[in-house]
Amino acid sequence: MELIFEIGEEGRQLDIFPKCDVPEVKLNANPRKQELHLPHVSEQELSRHYTKLAKRTHGVNDGFYPLGSCTMKYNPKIDEEMAALPGFTGVHPLAPVESVQGCLEVMDTLQKDLAEIAGMDAVTLQPAAGAHGEFTGLLLIKAYHESRNDMKRNKIIVPDSAHGTNPASAVMAGFEVINIPSDDKGCVDLDGLRAAVGEDTAGLMLTNPNTVGVFDKNILEITKIVHEAGGLCYYDGANLNAVMGQCRPGDMGFDVLHINLHKTFATPHGGGGPGSGPVGCKEFLKKFLPGFTAVKNGDCYDKSYATDTIGDLRTMGGNFLVMVKALTYITTLGKEGIKEASSNAVLNANYMRVKLSKTYHMAYPVTCMHEFVMTLEEEHKQINIAAMDIAKAMLDYGIHPPTMYFPLIVHEALMIEPTETETKEEMDHVISVLKEIHDKAVSDPDYIRNSPHTTVISRPDEVKAARTPVVAYEF
Amino acid sequence: MGRYVPNTKEEQLKMLNEIGYKDFDDLFSVIPESVRLKDLKLEEGKSELETATIISNMAAKNKQYKAIYRGAGAYDHYIPSIVKQITSKEEFVTAYTPYQAEISQGILQSIFEYQTAICQLTGMDVSNACVYDGGTAAAEACAMCKDRKHSVMYISESTDPKVVSVIKTYCFGSNTEVKMVPVKDGVTDLDKAKEMMTEGAACLYIQQPNFFGQIEDSHKAADIAHGIGAKLIMGCNPMSLAIMETPREAGADIAVGEGQPLGLPIAFGGPYVGFMACVSDMMRKIPGRIVGQTEDHDGNRAFVLTLQAREQHIRREKASSNICSNEALCAMTVSVYLAAVGKAGLTEAAKQCVSKSHYLLSELEKVGLKRTYNGEFFHEFVTTASVPADKILAALEAKNILGGYKLSDNEILWCVTEKNTKASMDEVVAIVKEVCA
Repeated sequence: MELIFEIGEEGRQLDIFPKCDVPEVKLNANPRKQELHLPHVSEQELSRHYTKLAKRTHGVNDGFYPLGSCTMKYNPKIDEEMAALPGFTGVHPLAPVESVQGCLEVMDTLQKDLAEIAGMDAVTLQPAAGAHGEFTGLLLIKAYHESRNDMKRNKIIVPDSAHGTNPASAVMAGFEVINIPSDDKGCVDLDGLRAAVGEDTAGLMLTNPNTVGVFDKNILEITKIVHEAGGLCYYDGANLNAVMGQCRPGDMGFDVLHINLHKTFATPHGGGGPGSGPVGCKEFLKKFLPGFTAVKNGDCYDKSYATDTIGDLRTMGGNFLVMVKALTYITTLGKEGIKEASSNAVLNANYMRVKLSKTYHMAYPVTCMHEFVMTLEEEHKQINIAAMDIAKAMLDYGIHPPTMYFPLIVHEALMIEPTETETKEEMDHVISVLKEIHDKAVSDPDYIRNSPHTTVISRPDEVKAARTPVVAYEF
Repeated sequence: MGRYVPNTKEEQLKMLNEIGYKDFDDLFSVIPESVRLKDLKLEEGKSELETATIISNMAAKNKQYKAIYRGAGAYDHYIPSIVKQITSKEEFVTAYTPYQAEISQGILQSIFEYQTAICQLTGMDVSNACVYDGGTAAAEACAMCKDRKHSVMYISESTDPKVVSVIKTYCFGSNTEVKMVPVKDGVTDLDKAKEMMTEGAACLYIQQPNFFGQIEDSHKAADIAHGIGAKLIMGCNPMSLAIMETPREAGADIAVGEGQPLGLPIAFGGPYVGFMACVSDMMRKIPGRIVGQTEDHDGNRAFVLTLQAREQHIRREKASSNICSNEALCAMTVSVYLAAVGKAGLTEAAKQCVSKSHYLLSELEKVGLKRTYNGEFFHEFVTTASVPADKILAALEAKNILGGYKLSDNEILWCVTEKNTKASMDEVVAIVKEVCA
């Protein structure tokens, strides 16, 4: 398909701006010399171009999207409508607090709701995504140890099953990463953890349920071991959809966590963002929080700045319109809806796990939480069919593949997270499709290896893309 | 209670039984009793109508000004109707990061087009798929310049203090030294920069136009940075790049900035979008997603996420950054905006920013405000008044106008965009005249 730079005609344009109503003033500063190539299209050409692009894009509204660890649940329409209210979109972030009372009320309410759901005492809404939240939380841990003059605590313990962002965030926060192996159930190996902690332990990063979808029953023992060694416990909230309303990270012994509003709280992913990664913490870390938090004084809302703040993770207060969407969602669900969502996320995952285990090998054949991991290791060895092949074959059925090759501790992994918003019929359909693909992989492996057959492009040459990078159109 | 769980209670129970669980308690028995939550202290769920009322009432508590003369990092520009229409398409809104290229060509191509537009604006060779905002773009750019021999960041004090704060926070994380280069007459004291920067300097960061609206001597800044073996990073207002020389022409190695002026609402601070572009020899240091063009097995043009060896999901603790989710839909918004206004429209908007801000300044000078700094400016300028800034801003507020940003007791940073009309500016001037009289 043509790029927008390849269509249209020089001279075509939309009539957007009125004539200037004041005398023209020209800058003397160095003018732009380089030719500026921007699209030159009519409004209809512009509209049709993006409609074509939309047709070449699979979103949650296009069909099943069981991308493990990403919680691709339905994004309610009212959330979008509320975030588009001019009373929110037209507010300048540096306007006086008296004029932004509604925005501060949104933030204060959301902070309190998230704190309650997470079992924390304070929340900052400034971080713009999950990884950004991780970085924030780790800086809180760093500031805490430094405030106690405990400068030797420079190591963060991360299980080998962790999301790749965990170790990357720890390094950005100036820590050394200690990887610890998981046990045969994909859970934390307690002896391994005991051996790893010490006087240099700054903290542990963990998600529970973990990245194989299993709830780590030893969680209280785990957080106790870290605390007794003087470290703090960080909860990666990527998997919070499994447990919200059922149990709380704060009650499991975690001191700080991030929450992905774009996973658990139904705000859409926008093809990669914007997300929002609020960070919650216990009272003793509150004084280090970044940016401002909203507070209610009597009938009025105000901005509050922490005394020993780590600074700012971004300019302004955060991805505000994403907060509006999340608050709308939480208001809609309420206490019973939150629990109903996690209950059904776990039910749907187990339903698919049990049904699929007749055809596929489960990496951990136990009750899972909101997601589960299958392994194609056997198929790969015996019939040379990889996880990638099964995933690509799903594309021909209009189904988004699961997360592939993660977590790293499972070979040929496919990680399925159906979420609570799928119907039983849709899951039954996908289960039958996956069986069909498996049968075909045995009877006609070449067909599966050459999948997909019906998409707008066949498998792209990724090696070529990386070896001879073309990252912008050349005019 | 509103709900998005489709399966009925009966279906749920049937499914539970079918796979061997008695009920939900049985299913969740893997969670130890000691941490099971007894009561979530939230309100009961609300119907859609009730929710719409609650949230709309919050929006109604915000004041909607008839005109805005405040910038300082968030700029109130006109957004063409088609921009919101296109970026509201459900496929774009609800998709995840385009991991599966075959069914994500739309998103991937839109990012490739965004990267192209950013390269065009900045004159650079490589753009990433965006980062969170202008502040994080600046901080990530600083990290790109750090290596074993170059580890000290020099940041001009004429940079937006909010951006400086983000850079310092990131540098607190990576244990990186930051040195602030002072301001003289509203611009970076480059002679001082030359004096301060020694071997080991990783970068010099300047903002163009700077926080006070002033235009910096970027060529001199580039010479100083390069003279000591450091990189020059320029934080740019993207709209100004329609008429001002590109960061590439100005000698920068990395160009970053806040993309918000290009089609995103000010929206109480976000979501915005940080753009990052660099010269080709820094390509493998730029963080975040990058989309590349390639071919599929049948020789068709195809787009994929590329150069992923830099990224966290492959490299883990050795990644160039931890970023994964970015602001993709905001980047698409920038693309659509640029296509809607085109070169002629962007140039017109930039020129009107210049003409109108200069008009407002000259009229304010007639009624008693003094310009604080000499030199050229784009669409922001600082005034000093003999009366308190608070008094001027309160008088404007009373007439439902958001005045400039208060810098000190007597100083105001004003911003004028193409949205501000002569009639509105004349009203501002009349109000200020009354206050100053």
